Amino acid sequence: MIQVFAKEFNGFLNSLIAYIVIAVFLVGIGLLIWVFPETSVLDYGYADLDTLFSLGPYVFVFLIPAITMKSFAEERKIGTLELLLTKPLTDWDVVIGKFLASFLLMIVAILPTIVYYISIFQLGEPVGNIDTPGVIGSYIGLILLGGVFCAVGVFASSVTNNQIVSFVLAAFLCITFYSGFDALSTLASTGTLALRIKQFGILYHYESLSRGLIDSRDLIYFFSVAGILIVGTKTVLSSRQW
Amino acid sequence: MSLAISHLTKIFGTQRAVDDVSFSIQPGEIVGFLGPNGAGKSTTMKVATGFLPPSEGEVKVGGFDVVEDPLAVKKIIGYLPEHNPLYLEMYVREYLHFAGRLSGVSGSKLKSRADEMIELCGLTKEQGKKIESLSKGYRQRVGLAQALLHDPQILILDEPTSGLDPNQILEIRKVIKEISRNKTVLFSSHIMQEVQALCDRVVIINKGKIVADDLLAHLLKADHTSALIVEFSGEVESERMKQIPGVDDVLELGARRYKVIPVKGIDVRNEVFKFAAQQNISLMEMKVEEGSMESIFRELTEKGQ
Repeated sequence: MIQVFAKEFNGFLNSLIAYIVIAVFLVGIGLLIWVFPETSVLDYGYADLDTLFSLGPYVFVFLIPAITMKSFAEERKIGTLELLLTKPLTDWDVVIGKFLASFLLMIVAILPTIVYYISIFQLGEPVGNIDTPGVIGSYIGLILLGGVFCAVGVFASSVTNNQIVSFVLAAFLCITFYSGFDALSTLASTGTLALRIKQFGILYHYESLSRGLIDSRDLIYFFSVAGILIVGTKTVLSSRQW
Repeated sequence: MSLAISHLTKIFGTQRAVDDVSFSIQPGEIVGFLGPNGAGKSTTMKVATGFLPPSEGEVKVGGFDVVEDPLAVKKIIGYLPEHNPLYLEMYVREYLHFAGRLSGVSGSKLKSRADEMIELCGLTKEQGKKIESLSKGYRQRVGLAQALLHDPQILILDEPTSGLDPNQILEIRKVIKEISRNKTVLFSSHIMQEVQALCDRVVIINKGKIVADDLLAHLLKADHTSALIVEFSGEVESERMKQIPGVDDVLELGARRYKVIPVKGIDVRNEVFKFAAQQNISLMEMKVEEGSMESIFRELTEKGQ
């Protein structure tokens, strides 16, 4: 598993993928937080990082499928998957290794945004006037959300040998999981039904975490969605239908 | 270690790609696996390496079942898949190290094995290059080095020389010959000379079924089209030779040389000799024409087409 993980992660670093992903994420979020007046913290006047946490997921919807789209699709297309799967590795080693490599890259892209937190911490009046538990909860939420998106992306990559198909499918599934259920719930006739539908979506649990309250139910939600997708990926891989 | 395939069947949808195939390879044996394209060679190999699960039947590699104990099987197998897939963005040495680590070789052993393989496969000058910049022949060597790196007891090579030029074929063949001394080797090929040069035994498969499994020497001898090449001291009319009992046809090969094709299963050597005596000419040469691998291959695989 470690070998697959290391190979994948080195693959990101040795190609432009890692740098482009990190640069696009940081430049995009940086512009939104500091420059564009619509979303800028400086114009808004409140010391918080809401811009990062509310727009970050939308950036991830496109960035994470871009990271994961080649993980299985490309190996299948050029045949190297056969090479991997005839080495003494289990299918799990391959799936988990690939998932963790994209997960780590996503975390590496998020990490520098701690600088934004420190800046806003310093800019607060008085200094430090920021909802730190809320920020920590939001970071946990963002990382878990990124994890689910990675699992979606790896899964989408496993069902096709075409990277474009993989990317589009992953982006579609990510946005569906993120806000699709929320949109769907507005169609529900009753309030309880709407709530039930909302609870299937990521947004509901993500918002709950961003209040700074780490609820085990939300954690379980993220872990089970990612888990189901990873099991799905492994099942597709084990079926050898290509 | 041995490789035993028994009653292997692999079905894709409605197509029986491999149909009740059984054969086994003893330790130290090199077996050539022949068949037309699409006969099921690669599929059989993919099952034997644990990549595809069998639909029916079982494959035992070194005593381990490929379905029940895939990891043990994969550890002792060196596999070169068809089309030789490689990570093109990796460097040669990086790739060999990666493949070695996957197979459980590590530390200083990994480095020394990689050095040996680079030397053996003639990659010394190319070891620092990216695989994508290598020519087809060198890529094939990288694939072979990868398959050999962990010193596997069983080698499965799917068309190791396809797409190479004649010099490269000879070199790759030399490498295979060299490393296969105490290993069990199954390799597939289209090239008949290769089979004759490398192995003692061949398994021929057609449309998923085994049509021959024998020592090469037996197969070549058992060729019932085998004809006589004769040379007389004087001219003979071929029409008269056709009168010899048991002779089916006579072809003139040139200056008093003839090819005598007997009726199936009849030894006409004695009759030909008598004929020469009757005609009062001497028999300068008479030999049984050995069947060629090509003709056997064609005969066995064109049946029922």
